[in-house]
Amino acid sequence: MATKTSSEIIRDGLWDNNPALVQVLGLCPLLAVTSTVVNAIGLGLATLMVLMGSNLAVSLIRNFVGESVRLPAFVMIIASFVTCAELLMQAYTYELYQILGIFIPLIVTNCAILGRADAFASRNAPGPALLDGAMMGAGFLVVLIILGGIRELIGQGTLFVDMHLLLGPMASDWVIKPFANYPDMLFMVLPPGAFVGLGLLIAMKNGIDRHLKERQKTLQPAATPGSKRVRVTGNVS
Amino acid sequence: MAFVQQSSPHAHKARPTSKVMLWVILAALPGLLAQTLFFGWGNLINVVWCIAIALASEAAVLKLRSKPITFVLKDNTAAVTGLLLGLSLPQFAPWWVSAVAVISAIVIAKQLYGGLGSNPFNPAMVGYALVLISFPVAMTTNWAEPALLWDKAPGFGDTLATIASGQQTAVDGWTMATPLDEYKHKIATHTAEEVLAHPTFGNGFARGWEWVNAAFLAGGLVLIGLRIISWHIPVAFLGSLIVMSLAFGSNADEFAPLPLHLLAGGTMLGAFFIATDPVSAATSHQGKLIYGAGIGILIYLIRSWGNYPDAVAFSVLLMNFAVPFIDHYTPPRTYGHHKARRGFSGGGRS
Repeated sequence: MATKTSSEIIRDGLWDNNPALVQVLGLCPLLAVTSTVVNAIGLGLATLMVLMGSNLAVSLIRNFVGESVRLPAFVMIIASFVTCAELLMQAYTYELYQILGIFIPLIVTNCAILGRADAFASRNAPGPALLDGAMMGAGFLVVLIILGGIRELIGQGTLFVDMHLLLGPMASDWVIKPFANYPDMLFMVLPPGAFVGLGLLIAMKNGIDRHLKERQKTLQPAATPGSKRVRVTGNVS
Repeated sequence: MAFVQQSSPHAHKARPTSKVMLWVILAALPGLLAQTLFFGWGNLINVVWCIAIALASEAAVLKLRSKPITFVLKDNTAAVTGLLLGLSLPQFAPWWVSAVAVISAIVIAKQLYGGLGSNPFNPAMVGYALVLISFPVAMTTNWAEPALLWDKAPGFGDTLATIASGQQTAVDGWTMATPLDEYKHKIATHTAEEVLAHPTFGNGFARGWEWVNAAFLAGGLVLIGLRIISWHIPVAFLGSLIVMSLAFGSNADEFAPLPLHLLAGGTMLGAFFIATDPVSAATSHQGKLIYGAGIGILIYLIRSWGNYPDAVAFSVLLMNFAVPFIDHYTPPRTYGHHKARRGFSGGGRS
């Protein structure tokens, strides 16, 4: 397997192969907890941590674990890191941990993590694997935050509400209320709003990609016709 | 001696979509008139506002998609979506509720799926369900009190000002719970007689609502007479609702009686104007019967045991989900061919 350069890994994780927008993996937590920015950051950071840890660990043991038992081994590693994340959240951000509830333990089942372990970490050296975990996690986190922001803004008319749950008392007055008297729009708070929001984000990404591609096409000089000789008859035997 | 000879297949003039939709709009006018007569100017203002928003948002999306704007707008389908929403939203619904409903109907439910003919769900009902879920307060407390137009408290100016002010709820004295809502919430603790004493029921079935429903029924019959819609969906819809009500609703102290089911909610509007949307409904006649009956059954189930007093939007959307399935099992026989094969059975004659 051809090794990727660092810049390719970064580009892949954040844009070209973004776990949420392109692979569309890990939808369950993505749709369930992105109702506010703080929930999105909480889950995104936990996922990022687990993804980096599991990628590193899987890469380190890649030469010692046989093909037949690799998936159970990966799941064990991921479960251990999820337990770490869960205990850390209980210790430092207990209220947020309670809000996110079942979706923290459920990070184990996030296909994006197992997918990266199997598709990348188990075939690459620890360095690139760690970078891949960080970039995939960051790509996931960014989408979570954007979706959380959209849903929070349209759903309840606020931004950055309850940030102190994650960042301590200094963030308690970060909340922005752009509209006075905003009537809550429950549709965006409920899961269907997440589906519509994610669909629009994916559409936007595809639109940007297409735009870039077309611009690149116009920048390239058109191939000059007639400069090559082409064999048009007979068969080469 | 010359006979006038017509060659097969005796094609007659095709009716363009714009004409069909124009007839739908005309047939809904008696209902709108009845609504204005009994519930004030609210519906009329809503209809105008919703149609304006519908045309504007359709034009905006068409421009983004680089499609011919006037050509598509002339097919009148966006206007019909706006009209249906204007007819079904509460009379004092604030302007932004109608706007959100219409924009999500046209932009999300219709154009994002590819425009007319490609939308799997009834656009108007997607918009209605979305605002009903999103703004439960604005959608339940803004129904006008039924009274004749000239006796009503809010005149045209006051109604317009209330809608334009954007407040969540209108003045308390102008509004009243809908009959189905009232019945649903009172019947648990009262007898049917006590519930029906409430002024919203009048001395007939449901004051004002009965005339609105009768007007939509008349408009719907005109549409059937003109062969704009076929009888299958409305008949199956109303028939299954009647059967369900006779089977389960004989005790008026438990569930709303049959006349209320037929004449108090959005039943007639739903049966003749909403469920019959040719794009999102089933295709074959047999399929239409199943589709209509499904809607009628779901309406009764949700009204009687669900959380919502009326259920036309949810029932239509749920049956829209089932339409590909229904169509798969009810292909019509093509002229000159044997009976079509059903579903996946395969083999057999064809």
